[in-house]
Amino acid sequence: MTNHWIDIGNSDCILIMGSNAAENHPISFKYVMKAMENGAKLISVDPRFTKTSSKADIYASLRSGTDIAFLGGMIKYILDNDLYNKECVAAYTNASFIVGKDFSFKDGLFSGYDAKNRKYDKSKWAFEMDKKGCPEMDRSLQHSRCVFRLLKKHYSRYNLDLVSKITGTPKADLLKVYHTYTATCATGKAGTIMYAMGWTQHTVGTQNIRAMAIIQLLLGNMGVAGGGVNALRGESNVQGSTDHCLLWHIWPGYLKTPRASNVSLEAYNKKWTPKSNDPLSANWWQNYPKYSVSLLKSFFGGNANHENDFGYDWLPKVDDGEVYSWLDLFDEMYRGTINGFFAWGQNPACGGANAGKNRKAMANLDWMVNVNIFDNETGSFWRGPGMNPSDIKTEVFMLPCCVSVEKEGSITNSGRWMQWRYQGPKPLGNTRSDGDIIMELGFKLKELYKHEGVSFPEAILNLKWDYMTNGMYDSHKAAREINGYFLKDVTLKGKKYKKGTLVPSFAYLQADGSTSSGNWLYCNSYTEKGNMAARRSREDAVNKIGLYPDFAWCWPVNRRIIYNRVSVDLKGQPWDKEHWVIRWTGEKWIGDVPDGGWPPLKSLEKPNPKSKWAFIMRKHGYAQIFGSGRSDGPFPEHYEPLESPLKNNLMSKQRMNPAAPVYTTDADSVASNSPEFPIVGTTYRVSEHWQTGLMTRPQPWLLELQPQVFVEMSEELAKEKGIKNGERVKVASARGSLECTAIVTKRFKPFKIAGKVVHEVGIPFHFGWRWPESGSEESSNLLTPATGDPNTRIPETKAFMVNVSKL
Amino acid sequence: MPGKSFFIDTLLCMACKGCQAACKQWHDLPAEKTVNRGTYQNPADLSFVTYKLVRFNETVIDGKLKWLFFPDQCRHCMEPPCEMTADDPRAIFRDPATGAVIYTADNKNIDVHEVIESCPYNIPRTARDGTLAKCDMCNDRVRNGLLPACVKTCPTGAMNFGDREEMLVMARRRLATVKKIHPKAKLLDPDDVRVIYLVTEDPMLYHSFAVASNSAFDISRKVALNKLLRPLNRLTAGL
Repeated sequence: MTNHWIDIGNSDCILIMGSNAAENHPISFKYVMKAMENGAKLISVDPRFTKTSSKADIYASLRSGTDIAFLGGMIKYILDNDLYNKECVAAYTNASFIVGKDFSFKDGLFSGYDAKNRKYDKSKWAFEMDKKGCPEMDRSLQHSRCVFRLLKKHYSRYNLDLVSKITGTPKADLLKVYHTYTATCATGKAGTIMYAMGWTQHTVGTQNIRAMAIIQLLLGNMGVAGGGVNALRGESNVQGSTDHCLLWHIWPGYLKTPRASNVSLEAYNKKWTPKSNDPLSANWWQNYPKYSVSLLKSFFGGNANHENDFGYDWLPKVDDGEVYSWLDLFDEMYRGTINGFFAWGQNPACGGANAGKNRKAMANLDWMVNVNIFDNETGSFWRGPGMNPSDIKTEVFMLPCCVSVEKEGSITNSGRWMQWRYQGPKPLGNTRSDGDIIMELGFKLKELYKHEGVSFPEAILNLKWDYMTNGMYDSHKAAREINGYFLKDVTLKGKKYKKGTLVPSFAYLQADGSTSSGNWLYCNSYTEKGNMAARRSREDAVNKIGLYPDFAWCWPVNRRIIYNRVSVDLKGQPWDKEHWVIRWTGEKWIGDVPDGGWPPLKSLEKPNPKSKWAFIMRKHGYAQIFGSGRSDGPFPEHYEPLESPLKNNLMSKQRMNPAAPVYTTDADSVASNSPEFPIVGTTYRVSEHWQTGLMTRPQPWLLELQPQVFVEMSEELAKEKGIKNGERVKVASARGSLECTAIVTKRFKPFKIAGKVVHEVGIPFHFGWRWPESGSEESSNLLTPATGDPNTRIPETKAFMVNVSKL
Repeated sequence: MPGKSFFIDTLLCMACKGCQAACKQWHDLPAEKTVNRGTYQNPADLSFVTYKLVRFNETVIDGKLKWLFFPDQCRHCMEPPCEMTADDPRAIFRDPATGAVIYTADNKNIDVHEVIESCPYNIPRTARDGTLAKCDMCNDRVRNGLLPACVKTCPTGAMNFGDREEMLVMARRRLATVKKIHPKAKLLDPDDVRVIYLVTEDPMLYHSFAVASNSAFDISRKVALNKLLRPLNRLTAGL
């Protein structure tokens, strides 16, 4: 979230699309309802009428996988009706940048497409540069190749008729949503978006969110209270685990995983440190080497120095152009190229797309370690449905770990708040914390790597591994390491800092090895003042918009609303006088922690040379309406999902996202526009269960509330198929099938797509054969395809094709 | 006796069923073996081991689909017909401090079915041995300064609990606000019960026992009167 949970209460219009917050984030509704009490409008856009829709002022349905068409129509509506915030767009976004002559868009493809490798040459989308090496601009937004004109041209195709034909949303509903949401372009009004996996789990996931980000920028909804782009995380610490490098392509704090071609630390830093020639661009990532070296110092401590490139060579590099995501991991495992596997706090036998493929893949392993609180479908895959244990050689080890409340540490919530938690009960029986397990694993590896003849022992032996106190993992030691230390006595900004003291914030980190930080983004979270995440003050800040700056801590540097320099005009005065975020007093900023303490710009023609452009994390200092860094194009474009009910994409000749990955094993069958699988399928959650249900399915009180996997369908489809409410039915896709209980409901309605009736059904993904005891309640991911977003490789589990039949 | 009251704002209810689970947890009640019957509502009904149940109803009003949620429970009536019907404080009594209507296991001297019949909200349920059970207002918690488990767990503020006067003020204030957008909004039987619901549609659409029929409390008075004559009736029957 650019903003945070409490801030939703400040909104004037809340769009919930790509999530069902009332069902899956019920506590968020405390703030949604508060906003509504103050007159805010709630809009729910969802293929199915949900608990969220039941509370909404406006409900509009759309076919799964057509969000860009829906939002593209909104962009067109904004531009056609002059509903954009002109000052914001010109001052804070790259709308005025001139795009190079190589850029084009034709028949659904952007220029630079390489069909063989399903990749774009992104250099074709570069901006034109002036003599100084800064982007050419036309602040009047008139130049035929300026981003604003190109945006207008691109979305001129998203007319109401076509959008309605693709999405199945009645035109009147589209207009109602567009009209209501775009009213937030008025000065002092804020609209917010609450989205979740309903947007990310598509072959166009990243571009779904880009489309909304464009809308928010046009309407002036970024950086303001009650605005922003807000991802509702699906698990309490997803934000934290992403920040700390759960994903293959990033190191802690969103540093890049080094590529093989980054042959030295210097080459690595050079490659990933953006350079701007504009003195008014803060270009914050210019500090990249300070963060990467501090991270290496944190990994290897005293063993890292100038001479050995701070241990850079000891770390693994990924091959250029290769992808190592979850989907690729299981694809390799299925092909038999991976021998060993740690399944740590995960359940790929149920939670991963194309779960049947994952289950078969695990049979190709020599060994698997399952670290979890209970045995699950993954640890027991060898005795699951369709498996013959005597044919499976995989040796499975179960390491029982304790649950979150049995250990001390922090979680980082959707709003980027790092909140410290004390230990409740002690771990049960012989279960251990993840920290204890990983520490011991590290010690054992160090012991094994001491043996002679072991190849390349440096990475393991030089690893600093000192996070224990009295033989137990110490979360405070880890938290302090993450914040970082001064490693020698230094004087910075006129102040002395002693060796061994904690660094006050990332502005003090150095590239010369004199500081360490396990994650620069968290530098400021645990300082000589104490553990900031453990703070619990209920006092609000001076602007009284629910920032509660001394409750917990949030990254970066406790800034509760990021991009907040956009919430003020060029003179530093807030657009919204009532719910202001920051304000320039003439001498300093008050309110939230500003995006950098520089004074306001004053004017665009003669900007204050001491000021900086508003988007300090971007190379040029502007928000990117034109996003030339994305794998699949600089503008979001509608493509059909991998599996679609349509033969053609009504928007262009390009049926699916041309850059989306396609997997080709025999377990990756696809059936698009097939009479065998004519119904759109989607997956989602219910309040009563959690993730793949490992924590909730064995809990009798929760199983009582939602005992069985179900498929929701319209009365019309049920009638067509002769299915009665409550009856068990079979749902099948090209990859697998499962038995579900039919919930026949008015909440699903058939869509009219390009003149034909298209049905959609939905299934929760929480179930698996291991529990309940009957073994009859299986995972809906047996149906879902292994493909995903080309930028993130998040799988497309929200739109695929199925059939439903009576048993 | 002012005592305590609930205010349940169905407009804020997300039907997360947190109240249902919390009720079972505090009272240490076993889970029922359920199946999905083509609805999110589960178990199907209140029972001897289920005191709290969120009822789900889909309905179309003026061409608009509504999904209505109703967290059903004992209303702890101001003049409880069940208490009057039982007429035996060893079996059914009211806590003078809170107003909670409490059922005990000592019910051998009451006509259980008559008690059930007397309830205008169709709440009490029996075990096989005829023992009655229902929501007890978490009276043990409340007497020790805690909120009822269902209220404590509610994430949105749909469930509220406190001194009766305070709850009535909250309910009336909220009604006034909500009425501006939902003209059909009303409080259900606020003068007669300690569990005051705010609904925005016809209460019958939420649950057929959402409100007492107009004559319910009159009837209960008749029942009470009838009871005065009961020894005579029994005597007659015995003859």
